[in-house]
Amino acid sequence: MDFSYPGYISDDCEFPKHRMTIIEFTLLVWAGSLAAGFLGALTGLGGGVVLVPLLSLIFHVDIRYAVGASLVSVIATSSGAASAYVREGFSNIRIGMFLEIATTFGAILGAFLAAKTPSQAIAIVFGLVLLFSAYYSFKTQHDHSQDRPPDPLATKLKLNGSFPGSKGVREYNVYHVPAGFSLMFGAGILSGLLGIGSGAVKVLAMDQAMRIPFKVSTTTSNFMIGVTAAASAGVYLHRGYVDPGLAMPVMLGVLAGSLLGTRVLVKAKVRWLRLIFAGVVVALAVEMIYHGITGQM
Amino acid sequence: MNETKQWNDQRVEIIIGTMLRVGVLVAAAVVLAGGICYLVRYGHRPTDYHVFHGEPANLRSVTQTVRAAFALQCRGIMQFGLLLLILTPIARVAFSVMAFEWEKDRMYVVMTLIVLANLCYSLIGT
Repeated sequence: MDFSYPGYISDDCEFPKHRMTIIEFTLLVWAGSLAAGFLGALTGLGGGVVLVPLLSLIFHVDIRYAVGASLVSVIATSSGAASAYVREGFSNIRIGMFLEIATTFGAILGAFLAAKTPSQAIAIVFGLVLLFSAYYSFKTQHDHSQDRPPDPLATKLKLNGSFPGSKGVREYNVYHVPAGFSLMFGAGILSGLLGIGSGAVKVLAMDQAMRIPFKVSTTTSNFMIGVTAAASAGVYLHRGYVDPGLAMPVMLGVLAGSLLGTRVLVKAKVRWLRLIFAGVVVALAVEMIYHGITGQM
Repeated sequence: MNETKQWNDQRVEIIIGTMLRVGVLVAAAVVLAGGICYLVRYGHRPTDYHVFHGEPANLRSVTQTVRAAFALQCRGIMQFGLLLLILTPIARVAFSVMAFEWEKDRMYVVMTLIVLANLCYSLIGT
């Protein structure tokens, strides 16, 4: 036994510890990230949300490295997808920019909190967010009625917009701006703390609180994720959380997987796939919470 | 008036879409190039991510990372690619400042500048 290996002493988990070479590790992480990105894009859950559990539970990567690699990868998938959505005219650039004030402040705060929060607590919070994301992915996608008069604050902020619907251009109004803004601040904190895009919370804020049409909410959320993640990425970089050797396969894998996923999306029947993926997410959530509570993180 | 605004918005959206796509592709290409170099040189060594050490100082700041990349260090090149990735949404926000300025939308110029300031603070100031 080689006790000079620094990882050995703190290694109290029951899994056999085979030390992989960098090339083996890189290829396996790349393949895992490819699958995560592919399924995440297909199911609409986002690949980023399973990256940290994948890296920390299966590859035994320290959660701080895992969070760093996940966060930069989230920028890649968000920007890649947003480039397509923006052209289609669904995302609302003004809503996005206004709410990014909240998410970037939250993201910087979250990234600072990440350094002060014990890994166990991060694991538990992560598990809870995973459970919520899985639950929220099954929400029925109906749009809200638009019979109420426009909200004065939303009008003043020029948030009301339109998008190309099946029956021509559809106008929509935005409501409950302060509530949405506060939720976005929370989404930013979670993003910075956990290294995820927190798309589910962003959609919750826009769709449920601000009553923005679902398609506009999801595409605008995607558009915002890159900026939110970039706001924590700087802090992570200075803290030494971003390891290029780890982030390389994660970022390249998730990006390729999600681009592939969006291509297939149109043709595939995703209902059963979403069920399976949500099942995986719930299992990972339970595992994260269990590891957090028992202090194995 | 409304028609000009629509047209401008659409043009801005197309430019932003292109910026994001090019940014991500360039970043991915740089990361891949650095990654190949890294695997060829260090691929046979054992991994060690179980314990957190933090990155060395030369990969923690913008200037140091750029220096490492131009010294053609493999890990430096990968980190530089990741930096380009982080810069992509920042460039998008910077462009939006100009776009709102063209539309004479002062309120949104100010909002976008706040977002840009947050991003720059995170990347440089912390």
